[in-house]
Amino acid sequence: MQARSLPYLLLAPASVFLVVFFLYPAIDVAIQAFTVEGEWTWANFGDMVDHWKFESALWNTLLLAAIVVPLQIALSLFMATMVTKMKRGRDLILYIWTIPLGISDLAAGIIWLAILEQNGFLNSALFGLGIIDSPTTILSYQNPWVLLIAVAIAEIWRSTAIVLVILVAGMGLIPKEYYEAAEVFGAGPWKRFVRITLPMMRPSLQTALILRTILAFEVFAVVIALAGTNMPILMGEVYEWEFRLRDSGVASAYALVVLGISIAFTIFFLWALRVPKGARV
Amino acid sequence: MTTAEIAAPAKKVRATDHRSASRWLMAATIVILCLWVLVPIYLILVNTLSSPDQVTSWPRQFFPSFDLGSLTFFANYQGVAYALLNSVIVALMTMIFSIGLGAPAGYALARFDFPGKNIFRVIVLMTRAFPLPLLALPLAIMFIQIGLDDTRFGLALVHTMLAMPFAILITASLFMGIPYELEEAAWTLGCNRLTAFVKVVLPLVMPGIAASAVFAFVISWNEVFAAAVLTIQNRTLTAFLLTSLNESPLYLKFAGGAVLVIPALFFLFAVRKYLFAMWGIANR
Repeated sequence: MQARSLPYLLLAPASVFLVVFFLYPAIDVAIQAFTVEGEWTWANFGDMVDHWKFESALWNTLLLAAIVVPLQIALSLFMATMVTKMKRGRDLILYIWTIPLGISDLAAGIIWLAILEQNGFLNSALFGLGIIDSPTTILSYQNPWVLLIAVAIAEIWRSTAIVLVILVAGMGLIPKEYYEAAEVFGAGPWKRFVRITLPMMRPSLQTALILRTILAFEVFAVVIALAGTNMPILMGEVYEWEFRLRDSGVASAYALVVLGISIAFTIFFLWALRVPKGARV
Repeated sequence: MTTAEIAAPAKKVRATDHRSASRWLMAATIVILCLWVLVPIYLILVNTLSSPDQVTSWPRQFFPSFDLGSLTFFANYQGVAYALLNSVIVALMTMIFSIGLGAPAGYALARFDFPGKNIFRVIVLMTRAFPLPLLALPLAIMFIQIGLDDTRFGLALVHTMLAMPFAILITASLFMGIPYELEEAAWTLGCNRLTAFVKVVLPLVMPGIAASAVFAFVISWNEVFAAAVLTIQNRTLTAFLLTSLNESPLYLKFAGGAVLVIPALFFLFAVRKYLFAMWGIANR
């Protein structure tokens, strides 16, 4: 009796927790988005779309993800390739490169604020080099593109580490014999990278892409720290509607938008980078 | 001497030249990438270790004056000490809950085959494709109904939801790494299931479990959105800093940012050995 019921007993606490704190709220947020005072309605979505910030929030969030995620994947592939080639000091370099893993998005925003604010280090450095005469405002609502780039830099700085860890772990699983065989047949470094590394890394790339894209859609505190409310993003609007405007219906509608694009991209990456059965290592 | 004999060493020299040049290039690139990570952290520390006047002066000095003015201002600022305490308590609770709930589940996944195992795995993996902080919205309403609103316990439960899936997957892989035969041997020597687990398995997985506990701590310590939504009086440090971003002076923000970063650095250093094993496996 014991052996049969034991796994269920062990799973029970975690399962109950998942139902109460994951499945139930996930359903509840959908219900809230589609109801106003108990009536089924699209009104929350109407309010959301009619609000002047909606379009720019959606656009900024998608654009930011489109800039940040591909650059992070490319940078991480580059870093991972270098690390696997290293003979000495590998552990130290990996530790340094993964430091941002422990840094929150709020702290990252504040760190880059120290560099980019008007009297900050970037302006001071430019002044020291004689490029500018007086402090200029970098983070201003008048140049939305600069705000976007500043947020993108802070995001790339902070969250490339997680991609790097996943890719380094994946790269370690590629059998060395493949490279040796390719070298015997005269494949150069670039060809080996494209023909062996990239295809073999497919599962890791898929994981990294899914994880990072979803996190990119959740971007919040970096933006608040660097751009305040001058750069609307989806999570910022969720917070705004929940707190300032006290309308959890519209906040939930925004939440469903974040959820919707997250799930859509997850399914896309699962499909686009699927590994055919029989080709798995 | 034939031309071939002259050409051969020359070619060799050029090849080594080329190789050492590319080695230098690689070393330089690695150093630049290290600086890219480290310089921003150094600069926030410069700000934190300078006086408030220096932080707002122009042009900025690139070396700290080791003045504790900013830090003492931060420490004495209304609400900071309490927020710091809240952050630590919530993170500790998250750590205990996520390991307490996650490790048994991880053990079950690693050791048993049973109907329903796959459904459970899929739900756990599903949480990864879900913007979890959003769950704070419906939970905020639920917490008001059951009296958990604006409490450390309530926030810790939400943070546990963020950290527990990791704990389950990581501990499952840890337990899989311990041969089942060891446990069976312990049974034949007079242990029952529980004593075999406590005496044989637990000592072997303890370092790994400690590492994933630290990971849970960092997840909670760094979380901003749910903390800001769920707390008003009992703000954690992240929520406190976020909500005071508009009105607080720059040197307060910088000191706060540094205080957020420093513990994370130590924790990461403590678990660095497990980082790749954890992520490599937890993402399969």
